[in-house]
Amino acid sequence: MSYDAIIIGGGHNGLVNAAYLARAGLRTLVLERRSIIGGAAITEEVVPGFRFTTYSYALSLLRPQVIQELGLVAHGLTVLPMATTFAPGYGGEYLLLGADPDLNYHEIARYSAEDGEAARHLDHQIARLARALGPWLDRIPPNVRSAAPEDLAAMAELRAFAERLDPELRDLLERFRSQSAGEIVDDLFQTDLIKALYASSGIIGSMIGPRDPRSGVVWLYHKLGDYDGAPGSWGFHQGGNGAFTQVLARAVAAFGGEIRTQTSVTGVLYDDGVARGVRLDDGSTIQADIVVSALDPRNTFMRLVDPVDLPEDLVEHINRYAFTGSAAKVNFALSDLPVFPTLGRRADVFQGFLNIGPSVGYLERAFADAQEGHMSRRPFLDCCVQSTIDPGMSPPGTHIMSCFVMYAPYALAEGDWDEKREALADTVVQTIAEFFPGFERLVLHREVVTPRDIEVNVGLSEGNIFGGELFESQLFVNRPAPGWNQYRTPITGYYQCGSGTHPGGCVTGGPGRLAAQQILADRRRQARP
Amino acid sequence: MPATTPFHDRIAPLVQTGIWKHWSGYLVPPAYQSSLATEYWAIRSAVSVLDTSPLFKYRFTGPGARPLLARMLARDIGQCAVGRAQYTCWCNPAGFVLQDGVALHIAEHEYLLTAAEPALRYFRTLARSMGVGPVEIEDVSTAWGILALQGPHAHDLLAALTPDITPLRYFGLTRTTIAGSEVIVSRTGYTGDLGYELWIPAANAGTVWDALAREGEGHNLTPIGTTALKMSRVEAGLLLLGVDFNNAQLTWVDAERDTPLELGWGWMFRRLDSDERDFIGREAIEAAQRERTSRWMTVGLAVDWHDYERVYTEAGILPPRHEVYAETTMSVYRRSEIPWDYAGYASSFLSSSLLRRPIALAKLPLDLAAPGTQVELEVTVIRRPHNVLARVVETPFFSPARKTASMRPSTTGSTRPRVSPSATPPVNPEGPA
Repeated sequence: MSYDAIIIGGGHNGLVNAAYLARAGLRTLVLERRSIIGGAAITEEVVPGFRFTTYSYALSLLRPQVIQELGLVAHGLTVLPMATTFAPGYGGEYLLLGADPDLNYHEIARYSAEDGEAARHLDHQIARLARALGPWLDRIPPNVRSAAPEDLAAMAELRAFAERLDPELRDLLERFRSQSAGEIVDDLFQTDLIKALYASSGIIGSMIGPRDPRSGVVWLYHKLGDYDGAPGSWGFHQGGNGAFTQVLARAVAAFGGEIRTQTSVTGVLYDDGVARGVRLDDGSTIQADIVVSALDPRNTFMRLVDPVDLPEDLVEHINRYAFTGSAAKVNFALSDLPVFPTLGRRADVFQGFLNIGPSVGYLERAFADAQEGHMSRRPFLDCCVQSTIDPGMSPPGTHIMSCFVMYAPYALAEGDWDEKREALADTVVQTIAEFFPGFERLVLHREVVTPRDIEVNVGLSEGNIFGGELFESQLFVNRPAPGWNQYRTPITGYYQCGSGTHPGGCVTGGPGRLAAQQILADRRRQARP
Repeated sequence: MPATTPFHDRIAPLVQTGIWKHWSGYLVPPAYQSSLATEYWAIRSAVSVLDTSPLFKYRFTGPGARPLLARMLARDIGQCAVGRAQYTCWCNPAGFVLQDGVALHIAEHEYLLTAAEPALRYFRTLARSMGVGPVEIEDVSTAWGILALQGPHAHDLLAALTPDITPLRYFGLTRTTIAGSEVIVSRTGYTGDLGYELWIPAANAGTVWDALAREGEGHNLTPIGTTALKMSRVEAGLLLLGVDFNNAQLTWVDAERDTPLELGWGWMFRRLDSDERDFIGREAIEAAQRERTSRWMTVGLAVDWHDYERVYTEAGILPPRHEVYAETTMSVYRRSEIPWDYAGYASSFLSSSLLRRPIALAKLPLDLAAPGTQVELEVTVIRRPHNVLARVVETPFFSPARKTASMRPSTTGSTRPRVSPSATPPVNPEGPA
C-alpha cells in the first residue's frame, strides 16, 4: 500500500487535515503514537463508568466550515449548549448568567446597574468584532515576507479591511491589542466578581497575568467562536471532546483515509529539500510525497527534521516561540453534585462554566506564585460538570467534574511535577471547598494532569495547550513564524497543520482545514504542465 | 429568575390566561383575559390600567441636571418647564437614535426620565465627560412603580381619588396624594387617549392599586396586558423600541439604525436653525436636514378596506381582522410596471377594530412618504404573498379630542370616537404621545 499523504499526529487538526485530503481523493494515512486518537481531545474512562475529558473539555471556535464541508453531523457531531456561567464569590456572593440578556442584566445589577449595562454593550461589541474578524480566521493569512502578487494583494486587503472597520470596532480591536484584560475591565466595570469573570478569559492557558498587555488578545481570541450562532458561547460535545475526535476519525474513514495508532514517527524522510516519507521508531519507513506534521512547531521543525537543514531565521523564530505551559487539570469523579450554600442544590449552576476566580486581585496573586515557579496557592479554576447535561458521562446520580487549573508552571522552582501531583490536587479540592463546603467528601476519584503530563502524553511542548502562546507576536502572519505561516515548510512536500499554525488553539480545526487547502492548491500547481 | 414589579401580588391573581412573558426581565402578562378585544376596548371606551413598571427610571438632580439633559437629549429640554413632561429621544454622535423616553420636570433641579433599556452608565459617563456642574444621576427603577391609567373615564376615576389632577394639561404633571401615598401624576400615556401615568413609591404600590381598584369598579376599570397596549399605540402612531426601531448601540450596522428624522420625529428639530442647542447628534441631524440624506421616513399606512377584503375573498377565506396585531416585517412595494418593486416595509400592523380598517407603521423612501401616496403592502393569504393597496396617511391614525381636552370636574370624555385617519389634526407641538 502506498500513500499520497501521511499526517503525523492524530489530534483534531491532524484528523481534520486527513479528512480534507482523503475527501480530495488522496490516499491518506494518519499516524498516531498513542493507542487512542484525538491528541488532547480525548475522553477516557478512568474509573469504570466515569468518562473524563482528560485534557480539552469544551468547543466554541470549531470552524463551522469544517462541520459543513466534512459532513460531521452525519458522523455523529452533537454539541450540547453550555447555557450558564456561574461565578461564585466569597461570603455567598455569586453571579449566575444565562442565555437571556435581560435576565443577565438584572443578575449583574444586583451588584451594579452600570456593570449590567456595560456587560451587555461589551458582549454586543465583541460579537460584532468577532464577526468582522471571522473571515480572517478562515483563510490562509498573507505571507509578510513574500512579494508574490497574491500575498501583496492579501496584505492590501488586510489594510483595506482595517480602514473600513467601523470606528467603534477599530477602537475596541485596538484596546484588545494594546491593553491588558485588567485595564479593560477596570475601565468598564465596578464589581470585582464581574471584572474577574471577564478578565479570566485573558489568561486562559497563557503564562501571563491579567495585567499583562498581551492578555487582551488572549481574551478576544477566546470570544471569536460561537455555540451554534450564539456569539462567544461554548458547548460540550456529547461524550466529551474525545467523542468529537471520534466523529472526525469516522469522517476520515468514510473518505477512505486510514488511521494507524501505536505508530510513532521519529522523523521525516527528505532529500534535496524534498519530502519522501516518514521513519518510524521500529526503523521502518513509509513513503509519501506529502508529509504533514500535526504536532506543534517545536516538534515540526526541531525534532522531525534536522534544524540544520532549515533557514537560520526560521530556527531562531521557533527557538523564540513561547510554549510556556501554565495550566493543569484535575478531573474528579463525584458521588453527588457540589452545593453552593446560597443557592442550595441546583444542577443549573453547573450547566456551563463554573468560574472560580472572584477578583482580579485573586487572579494576580495566582499569577504571582507562578512567576516564582510555584503552583498557585489559590488557583483560578475553570470547571465543568458535563454529566449534568450529558448523563452518559457518569453512572446515574454521580458526576464528573473537569477542572482547568491555573497556574501550574511547567518549570517548577522546586521539585518536579511528579512530587507535586497530589499537592496540586489537594489545593484544587481546598479551593473548591471554599465555595462548595464539603466538596472533599464528594470525591470518589481524582485524576491529576500536570503540564509535564500534557507534554509527555499528548506531545505538546512544555504542556502548552494551544501549541504555542496566543500572543499577537505568535498569531496570524506570525504563527508559527513570519514567512512560514502558510502551512508550508522549507522542505517541499512537508507541511504543518497543528494548533501552532493559524488560526491557533482551542479546537478550531482551522489549521487542519487551511493546511489542506494549501496542500491541494500546491498539488494542483505542480500537476499543471 | 425574572424580577417582579411592585404590583405583582395584586396583578398575579387577575391573570386569567395564566400566560406571562418577560418585559426587560420582569414578569408581565401579555393579556389578563381570553378576550384581547375586551382589554383593547377598555382603553377606548372605559378606562384601562397597565403596570408599566418594567420601564427603567432615572432621576437627575442638581444644578447640572438641566445642562446635562440639554446636551444628552435631542429634543429641547429647555422647553419643558417645571410641572411639565416631554416625550424625547437621545442619539449617538452619528445622529442615530439610542432610545426614546419621557422626561418629567419635577422641580427646578430635578428631572425623572424613563427608558426602555438600561442607560445609567451611559448617562453617568456623559455627565463625567461633560463637566456640566453638580448633577446626581440615580437609577430609581425599582424605587417607583408606574401605572398607566388610560381611557375616556381615566379622569373621572382619578378625580375621585385626588382633586389635584383637575385641571391638568396634556403633558402636565403634578405631585399629589392618593390613598395616603405620595404619587406623581403626569397626563401622558402610550395609547393616544385621555390618560395619566402614576409614579407610585414601590412600598405603597399595593395600597394605591387597591384604592384605584375600588374606585375603578364603577368605571369598568380593566387591567390590560402589553398586547392591548401595543394595539392602541399603533393607532396613536407611537413607535416601539425593538419593534419599529432599535437602540443604535445594540445593532450591528447602520441599515438597522434610524435617525430621528427617519422615524418621523423631525418636529423635534423645527427650531434648529434658530437655536444654539449643543446636543449629541446635532451636527449629523442638521446635515441630514440640510442635505436631505434621510434614507427613509416612517409613515402611517391605511390599508384599502376593499382591496384587503378582495384578496381574501378571492381565496375563499375570511379576512383576518379580529385581534390581529403583528410585529413581523411586511414588505411594501412601489406601484409601478415592475412587479414586486420593493420599496420598504411595515414594522407594526394592526387590524384596527376602532378604525375598522387595517393600519400599519412603515418605513418608505422619501418619494413615497407624502400623505396620499399609494403603495402596495404584502399580506400572506393561505401562505402565499399578495399585494393590497395602502395609502400613506398622517399619524396619529386616531387622536380624540379628549386626549388633549381641558378637563373639568366630573366631565367624562366622549366615548364615541370620531374617526377620520386622513383628516387628523396637525401633530401637536407637545409631541405625538
